[in-house]
Amino acid sequence: MKIDTEFNAKNLVPDTEAGEPAEGTVNRFDVEMVAVSKSYDGGARAVDEISLRIPKASYCCLLGPSGCGKTTTLRMLAGHEDVTDGDVLIHDRNVTDALPAGRGTSMMFQSYALFPHLSALDNVAFSLKLKKVPKAERQARAMEFLKLVQMEELAHRMPAQLSGGQQQRVALARSLITRPKVLLLDEPLSALDPFLRVLMRSELKRIQTELGITFVHVTHSQEEALALSDMVVVMNNGKIMQAGTAREVFEKPSNTFVARFIGGHNVIEFEGRTVSVRADKCRIVEAVGGRNLPATITSIEYQGPLVRINLVTDDRKDLCAVISDTRFFADPPEVGEAVTFSWMPDDEWAFGA
Amino acid sequence: MMSPRAASWLQATPFAIIMTGLVIVPLAMIFAVSFMDYGFAEIIPEFYLGNWTDIFRSDLAVATYATVLRQAFIVWGVTLLLGFTIAYYLIYHVRSNFWRAIFLAACAIPFWTSGPIRMISWVPLLGREGLVNQALTGLNLIDEPISWLLYSEFSVIVVYINMLTMAMVGPIANSMAKISPAVVQAARDQGATEWQVITEVIIPLIKPGIAVGTIFIVTAVMGDGFLVRAMSGNQVNTPAVAIMNEINAFQFPPAAAKSVVLLVVVMAFVGVLLRLVDIRKELAR
Repeated sequence: MKIDTEFNAKNLVPDTEAGEPAEGTVNRFDVEMVAVSKSYDGGARAVDEISLRIPKASYCCLLGPSGCGKTTTLRMLAGHEDVTDGDVLIHDRNVTDALPAGRGTSMMFQSYALFPHLSALDNVAFSLKLKKVPKAERQARAMEFLKLVQMEELAHRMPAQLSGGQQQRVALARSLITRPKVLLLDEPLSALDPFLRVLMRSELKRIQTELGITFVHVTHSQEEALALSDMVVVMNNGKIMQAGTAREVFEKPSNTFVARFIGGHNVIEFEGRTVSVRADKCRIVEAVGGRNLPATITSIEYQGPLVRINLVTDDRKDLCAVISDTRFFADPPEVGEAVTFSWMPDDEWAFGA
Repeated sequence: MMSPRAASWLQATPFAIIMTGLVIVPLAMIFAVSFMDYGFAEIIPEFYLGNWTDIFRSDLAVATYATVLRQAFIVWGVTLLLGFTIAYYLIYHVRSNFWRAIFLAACAIPFWTSGPIRMISWVPLLGREGLVNQALTGLNLIDEPISWLLYSEFSVIVVYINMLTMAMVGPIANSMAKISPAVVQAARDQGATEWQVITEVIIPLIKPGIAVGTIFIVTAVMGDGFLVRAMSGNQVNTPAVAIMNEINAFQFPPAAAKSVVLLVVVMAFVGVLLRLVDIRKELAR
């Protein structure tokens, strides 16, 4: 699946002005952004003309370093940030100027943002209370959603009495009860400890699959993005660097930024060309018929099944090779040792050039 | 090496001395004096219950308390409304730091002038020949000057509101500023209108601030006699005014008894309020 980031929305949405999809329109994308920009007080653009189409019921991660515009992009989808220029469409409806609650999205905040004066149950029931749903009914429905996130036992606790992971589950239930078409998650796992992070990660994926709606998840963790995503959008300096499946982004990074940011790649200038080679395809023995570079080992990190070897070339370029522990311990090299860093030409990726 | 026990006693000593010398001893003396007889400008050190029985026998005590409670209630209601509105505007609607600084200065600068001067400066505004009456007659809205603008309960309440509104704005703005912006956004995301954000999220979360402001306002109104006398032209009588009158007449024992009653009433009010609202939340963060 190749996601085209340059497209004309008019081909897809015949009648965006009316707000509703025209009769017979096939809804192929849950979220579309058309040349969307954001600038604050006429200054530099935090988000610079990004166009993006997220297919139906997909788990999409916006990945990038801090300040790259990924959170601003999410907040523009949510309606918590005005769009300076461009259009935002959700389920083929132009929602650029709609209120946060009127666009079929729901947002899960980084800090969870639970209402501190309400119990977990009342937090989840909040949107129903606003709609004047009778108390017994709204509490029963809130309980269903607390069950979905396995929090029914703690329904009557106040947020201050819940751990970070528990608060997050309540926040998720509170977002889902509004029956959003698209759930927006702002760095949902960054405040959790590593163990809980992996647990919640699979939980999020389970719930997304179960509900069959689109999740847009902002993260700065490559590991998280690769593990969760149907679609990874790598951003830098307010622009989309690459959008594609996790495998595409990892195996065929579209430029050196993506290759470096996604991790596990060596970006090497070799014989006048810049190529990227996955670190796990590199070796520290001379390769017959391969590319060979003299290098010195600077550090060795044992990671269980894998061993990561950091090296530096004679012209001070950092390199990295990841090899299996069996291969490593068959003939363990030492820090400071001069070795030959090598890879096979087939494993080179020349950034689509 | 000092034992931890001795160290804590030592640490508590300075404050204990201040509390004893400046609070407990004077209060005990007032309490003792309230049980003494008095003559013209003298205290007769004999046990006498008349100071106390007089308070509970006279209708005057009930009338003065009715007056001051009514005043406190009105002033509280108006300052709460003003305080909430001003704080809400400052916290949620003033976006630029420049304007925020201007507004804060506008709130703070009047305090550079002393309280009595700010109070007395209402006289030329509200008097029979004052600016308000002149303006109203000049606009032909009234035929003759309104007489109840000054030296009335009206002027007392107006000046109280003028003097005390900032005491309500401060604590409310303080607890409002502590509400995480994400919580307000979450409420919007859930579909709350601006009014629902106020009633469902902001008001429940600023209750401690409202309680602190309420304590400031009510204790100030209950305890003040000076402003009432000046602005009512000695026409409005409150418990504090009654105490001041007796002190001026050197009748210290009945003044002492009335002071104890006033103190108990105010402390009971604060005690009840503290039971209803957890102020520690406000002080803790």
